[in-house]
Amino acid sequence: MAARDGVFGWLYISPLMLVLLPFFVAPLLVIIAASFLQSDGFGGIIVSPTLQNYIDIFTSGLTFNLYVETIKFTVLTWLFSLIIGFWVAYFLVFHVRSPLLAIGLFLLCTVPFWTSNIIRMISWIPLLGKEGLINMALIKIGIVHEPLEFLLFSGFAVVVAYVHQLTIFMIVPIFNSMGRIDKRVVEAALDAGASRFDIMRYIILPLSKNGIALGTIFVVSIVMGDFFVIKVMSGGGSASVVGALYEDVGVLQYPSAAASAVVLTIMVTLVVTAILRSVDVRKEIAL
Amino acid sequence: MSVAPVSKAVAAHAIAPRASGRPWTFYVLLTVFMLYVLALYGPMICIYILSFQDVRGGLVFPMKGFSLHWFVDLFTQVRTGDVKGSFDRSVKLAVIVTIITVVVSFLAGLAFRRRFRGDGVVFYLMIGSLVAPGLVLSIGIGLLLNFVGIQASWYTSAVGAQLSWTLPFGVLVMFAVMSRFDRAWEEAAYDLGASRWQTMRLVIIPILAPGLVAVALFGFTLSYDEFARTLQTAGSLNTLPLEIWSMTLNVTSPSLYALGTVTTIISFIIIVVCLGTIGQLQKRRASRVPAL
Repeated sequence: MAARDGVFGWLYISPLMLVLLPFFVAPLLVIIAASFLQSDGFGGIIVSPTLQNYIDIFTSGLTFNLYVETIKFTVLTWLFSLIIGFWVAYFLVFHVRSPLLAIGLFLLCTVPFWTSNIIRMISWIPLLGKEGLINMALIKIGIVHEPLEFLLFSGFAVVVAYVHQLTIFMIVPIFNSMGRIDKRVVEAALDAGASRFDIMRYIILPLSKNGIALGTIFVVSIVMGDFFVIKVMSGGGSASVVGALYEDVGVLQYPSAAASAVVLTIMVTLVVTAILRSVDVRKEIAL
Repeated sequence: MSVAPVSKAVAAHAIAPRASGRPWTFYVLLTVFMLYVLALYGPMICIYILSFQDVRGGLVFPMKGFSLHWFVDLFTQVRTGDVKGSFDRSVKLAVIVTIITVVVSFLAGLAFRRRFRGDGVVFYLMIGSLVAPGLVLSIGIGLLLNFVGIQASWYTSAVGAQLSWTLPFGVLVMFAVMSRFDRAWEEAAYDLGASRWQTMRLVIIPILAPGLVAVALFGFTLSYDEFARTLQTAGSLNTLPLEIWSMTLNVTSPSLYALGTVTTIISFIIIVVCLGTIGQLQKRRASRVPAL
């Protein structure tokens, strides 16, 4: 039985592997290989091994700044999406009494996930612009006299767009984890005289840890791998690692782009591995 | 990312800690929630409204006139690019990706019910494919195609590139769906003399049908909106997100918003059809077998 199961397991999984091998494993290997080669300057690659691409990355102050910038946006987006996502999920699970209403409101939060990210990003332009709704409103009620310039095409706009797009990745797994918390545990804690703060600290937070971890993986990997939000919303004022990589490809500098891609991928992998080590995500998903 | 298992968990535990009056935190969190939903939908609604301006329209409020000018402009002007063609390609591509995603995720879901040699490797490859930066994979696939000498095109390499993104989602949804599938139903079918194929067709697939529709929803919408992975793999013809991307860089008229409205309508149709089908399937099941 066990042997037969093994055979069927592989039979059923083989189509997945037939996609992952040529479209995930092979491209990564190609990138790694290309990162050690040289460019002929015309889009071609010269097969002569070199470490120059990596030396360039680690000795360039410009590249260092790119990474700092990318990490800054990642941390800010993670922080805000976590705070908002946590409280939205908490509200849905612990404060909405009708389960049907909770699911309805949950779906309301998830619907935009299934629509275009680019469109959701540009939809901030009429709001945040110099003549946008927010500036108009602020001037009308007299809080400011000059339109605020920092709202659009700035780091602020980048974070707003990211949080707008990615908070859902926090809400769904945290909602899922919290939904599994037995309400009787909370009851028992209340009866034993626990304060609201204690319940949050000793029950809710530890039991939604896995959801937070899963959400963090999504948010961090997406922000670190993104370039178009940062390009459009910063108005060219900020750059990102992937943005620079895209420019490299634009001028056909494949080997240096590849080296940058490898460094970035290693960073993402380190973060994700660290998170996967702290919680058993596989159990969390498959349960 | 699935809704289905969540609903069960909520249904089982949705007992408010204290039945009497709402604590003050309720009102604070209600406000947070409403502000979130407002911020989620508000900006999108703004551009839908602004896309209906007339020829004087600009990128910001106030609204100038009311017409379908920018929608006509979108589909007739050469300046805005080949919207019709890219739209057509995107839908076809999404259909191909959806079909493959549903079939492959379903089979992978079946495989992951039991441990098999190397299941951990497959799982982590999948997670890797999910979190890998899209553009990195895109460039890798582009280089690989160069190397083997195959032309990139939206119906070959882009399909594969998008699958590397939609499949992990599809399989994750299948995990959630499968966790509620009782193997006893399958065993019962075998005991009653059903063949493997009959069990699959008459027991497993009907029971999992709502979950498969959910996988299809992910497959279609993720493919239809996919950008980074398609960028270097679609060849010379653009898909819709690539078209929108080039528009954001050089079109500064409400045409851009009109395109946003059109593509969102398509997304909404897909969402409503899928969620409606899931609801219908579950209603039919509930009426037929009250015990389940």
